[in-house]
Amino acid sequence: MKILVCISHVPDTTTKVKFIDDFKKLDVTGIQWVINPWDELSLTRALELKDDASSGVKSVTVAHVGPASSEPTIRKALAIGADDAIRVNADPADAFCVASHLADVIRDNAFDLIMCGIESSDHNGSTVGGMLAELLDFPSVSAVSGIRIENGQLVINREIDGGKETINVPAPAVAIVQKGIAKEPRIAAMRGIMMARTKPIKVIEPAAVEPYTEVLKYEMPKPRAACRFIDAENARQLIDVLQNEARLI
Amino acid sequence: MSVLVYTENWEGKFKKLTFELVSYASKVAEMLNTTATALSIGNVDPVELAKLGNYGVNKIINATGEGLNVLDNQVYTRIIADAAVRENADVIVLSNNNTGKALAPRLSVRLKAGIGSGVSVLPLSTDPFVIYKRAYSGNAFAHVKITTPVRILTLARNSFELIEKNNGALVENLNPEVNSSSIKTQVKDVQKLTGKILLTDADIVVSGGRGMKSPDNWGPLVELAELLGAATACSRPVSDEGWRGHEEHTGQTGKIIAPNLYIALGISGATQHLAGVSSSKYIVAVNTDKDAPIFEAAQYGIVGDAQKVLPRLIEALKEIKGR
Repeated sequence: MKILVCISHVPDTTTKVKFIDDFKKLDVTGIQWVINPWDELSLTRALELKDDASSGVKSVTVAHVGPASSEPTIRKALAIGADDAIRVNADPADAFCVASHLADVIRDNAFDLIMCGIESSDHNGSTVGGMLAELLDFPSVSAVSGIRIENGQLVINREIDGGKETINVPAPAVAIVQKGIAKEPRIAAMRGIMMARTKPIKVIEPAAVEPYTEVLKYEMPKPRAACRFIDAENARQLIDVLQNEARLI
Repeated sequence: MSVLVYTENWEGKFKKLTFELVSYASKVAEMLNTTATALSIGNVDPVELAKLGNYGVNKIINATGEGLNVLDNQVYTRIIADAAVRENADVIVLSNNNTGKALAPRLSVRLKAGIGSGVSVLPLSTDPFVIYKRAYSGNAFAHVKITTPVRILTLARNSFELIEKNNGALVENLNPEVNSSSIKTQVKDVQKLTGKILLTDADIVVSGGRGMKSPDNWGPLVELAELLGAATACSRPVSDEGWRGHEEHTGQTGKIIAPNLYIALGISGATQHLAGVSSSKYIVAVNTDKDAPIFEAAQYGIVGDAQKVLPRLIEALKEIKGR
């Protein structure tokens, strides 16, 4: 079984984002780029599956759509333990473009399980994984919090409103993963970092794709009103305020 | 031209979020000078189904039949896409919940339709079609133009008011043919959380962080939640430590919630935590550190130890509830 983990790179999650060009573009000055948190968890789970000989996972490949400047993020994924990487040399203009480029990668290489994070922490679209599955006509499972492989079969836990389902889908399939898929993201060790330098990154030139959406501009969130403090000794006053002023309880 | 709204059901029942969705779809239809149609898939009794008509739709499509009891993303996508084509829909509205997130992107490809995901307000304009959505996990907002003739919108929960309007909607029954071999998703087991208020549905959420100090201190937090009819939640360190289950983790990588009232106890309010709760209508914070960032997001705050504050809140609540 071969696994493909799709990774996007995003500003470190503690970044205070700023915009330039009349709020049309992100100011990338000083930004630390990281693997999108859900993609990092999905890579971790893929590597755990490969470590378990009984799973039959032979390789874990990462795929990324982005310019050469995103290669440090791909190297990081290789350092964490992916075997090889594919970069589609294209501007990730919107989710549809990214999904279309990834679909081309998958059409040219037989993968059994494709893993995508449920969303990216920059555009928060939650769309690439599902689009990819539809483009390939593969089954997809969303809100995945667990994946096992038993006798070559994918056994997936899917979160539903008010519970969890355990389901089977035939491979090849797209799993769109969320929190719970792995406990903590795996960190690159020194040996991994050394080895990553020589692992292959295959660069693919993209086919032309027209985006479906375009960001016109960004806005900063409106500041909230100042907090009204209530004395801890008189904490019960909070209940009175919530009941009679805010009318929330 | 029309607006189609997919109204998911849970064991034959709709939720408040369904009626928010229908109200939203009807308003979008008004902006486009057209009508809205609801699409229900799976068994829903006629009384429940008729409730959809109270929120402005002109037609209700009731799709039932074999093979529709399990959410198979491919089967559902086909049924919704077929209905969209038949209804000549140029906007399709779904919830931004797990189901909506599973189906909207597949529909996008099938219908060559751009997505505006997690919207919480009406489109800013319809020509060009521009939507407003959160970006960078709530640290910014974006104006996004959807350039395709058909558009898909997924609506965030608890973000749109119910608007009652009865247009005397008619129910149209539909029996889509589902070939059993086309159902790829096989459910082997279902584990339900019973008797608990769902975090993502709750109007009030009581949440604990590291400042709760130990998993043994959760009793009063749970008692407060019970008195308020609230769901319980926690911050990431708490779920990472295993003090509470990961299904309670709210924050950027956990659940993103938007209750009317979020009570944060012993949570400092790191950017990643606020990303999951900043859409709450009111935030109340209790923390020992008066400089904690949670107070910048909160409307009401108490500087103090949650362990000491909790009993006082519980006592005051019991008095007003007459217990």
